[in-house]
Amino acid sequence: MSEASPKPQAEPSNWTRSIRRLLARNLPLKHLLPDRQPVYVGSWVYIFGVVAIAGLIWVIASGVVLAFFGPQWWHENGVGRFVNSLHLWSVQVFFIFMVLHLWGQYFMAGWRDGRAPTWMVGVVIFAFSIVAAFTGFISQQNFDGEWIAVNAKDATNAAGIGSFFNVLNFGQMYGLHIVLLPMLVVTLIGVHLVLVRMHGVVRPIDSKQPAQPSAEERPS
Amino acid sequence: MNASERQAKYYAGVKMINFDLVKEMILALFVVSLVVIGLAAALSSPDDPAVTIQTWATKDPVDFVTTAASELAGTSETAEYGPPYNNTADAAQAVGPISPQTWAGVGTPIDTAQDFVLRPLGFAAIGNPTLTSALQAYGAAGTDQQQTWLTNYSTALSDATVVNAEVSVASGDYGPVPDLMTGLLGLARTGALDGLLLSNGNLYQTDFTLPLLFMGDGSYLSNLADEQHLTGDQWGMMNETGMYPGQTWLWLFSFWYQIPPFTTAANADLVVILLMIVLTALLMFVPFIPILRDIPRWIPVHRLIWRRYYQGK
Amino acid sequence: MDTPATYLSWNFILISVPNLLMIAGMIVVFLVALLAPFPGHAEVTEPEDRPDE
Repeated sequence: MSEASPKPQAEPSNWTRSIRRLLARNLPLKHLLPDRQPVYVGSWVYIFGVVAIAGLIWVIASGVVLAFFGPQWWHENGVGRFVNSLHLWSVQVFFIFMVLHLWGQYFMAGWRDGRAPTWMVGVVIFAFSIVAAFTGFISQQNFDGEWIAVNAKDATNAAGIGSFFNVLNFGQMYGLHIVLLPMLVVTLIGVHLVLVRMHGVVRPIDSKQPAQPSAEERPS
Repeated sequence: MNASERQAKYYAGVKMINFDLVKEMILALFVVSLVVIGLAAALSSPDDPAVTIQTWATKDPVDFVTTAASELAGTSETAEYGPPYNNTADAAQAVGPISPQTWAGVGTPIDTAQDFVLRPLGFAAIGNPTLTSALQAYGAAGTDQQQTWLTNYSTALSDATVVNAEVSVASGDYGPVPDLMTGLLGLARTGALDGLLLSNGNLYQTDFTLPLLFMGDGSYLSNLADEQHLTGDQWGMMNETGMYPGQTWLWLFSFWYQIPPFTTAANADLVVILLMIVLTALLMFVPFIPILRDIPRWIPVHRLIWRRYYQGK
Repeated sequence: MDTPATYLSWNFILISVPNLLMIAGMIVVFLVALLAPFPGHAEVTEPEDRPDE
């Protein structure tokens, strides 16, 4: 619906209405939850992203249970050890499919036609996921975690952040791992998904595209 | 133009198909659940117990005493680390004028002689006349005298033997140092040193800086790590204890440490970090970088992915 | 699973068998995803001009 038609009288300024209209213009519900897709999404490569998210759901669910019972639980209890195993293997699934998703999107040049921010947010998600996993491995309170800490300190100290981000401080690393970093990763994934749905799936390379100015792609 | 109009224009000429995203998500979740539960049940997860100072002192008392002596002498890795632990000349990593380690300064000050040896021994000396007089004799001596004793003792330690669980060296001019080391070894073997290094007068503690640095200065911990291929020059960052996969996504970070000049460079950590920041930025800005953004066009993996679309054209 | 893994080395490359299996597995999964046929979906016939629902 066009808003160019003259209104009978000027509407009073209303931020709420302005935001609602912005959303309706850019991300209507039928684009957030579409029931149709272009035919070329018929490839298994398109499932990597959603499988990574499924992995992350298990990471968070198992992580919540581990956090609930405290960091010593899984060392002392068989059920705890099993939940820790769920956490470890879902992290592997998450990373495997996130990287496969990156490979797929790279070879599809998924950043075309105004989708560069989507790609960039994706790389940031990757980077913060690595930090989140790192703080997790360092919080194991076992030999592996101990060794990782003693070595990682050389990297953080060389970068000048060793006192600010003290990898030898279990409390700090654990707190970052269970609160701050999951919030960051999940929020960024939310932004990423909104961007994907706003733009829709990118067209195949060399398909005849309608003229759309884009800073990052020469005309095909 | 609103979103619907934009999308209709973007997909002009493209066949649209029915697609159920929610069903796809649920299906993915179901399959992943089976995989994750199956792997967890079949393979479990690793949990090699942490090494304590107590374990270290019991299993390798010579290495423990050697390390303790170096902390007292100020020659250990931590003592000569530079920022953030202390100000040691030329210790900080730098690439030309770039030295974040120097800029950050001493944010976690550590006096290795006091923090690792003398302060804990002060507690152990209560009710222990031998240790009390050893501490007094050491404290009363001048720095040069202390260094002479420590240098002699450290040299003798290379031929030390363990007799009745005590570290024994050939006789020499060591002053009260052997008594101090015996005292610290005893403290370590009871497990008390683990607690004393952690405690700062508060009941609750979560900062393991002192015990970890102390253990890191010795060889016992790193020898165990070496057996598990966890050290820096064994691609250790990527690996895990036992037969478990590690953090394979750290392959590129680990890679640099395996090749010259990083294998011997004193500033390897800083260089690798700067390199990885640059590479991550390159990855992030791929859409804007010629050649990198054109490779997908040149290596036609996309013709496989979208073969139905291309066949239809 | 707690005994140390077997490591394979070639030049400066040193990799554990589990890690190698992971990476090889990823490449296999990517290739299978590229090549395996994807189930067909019905073409949409009605136009997409329904109001938001």
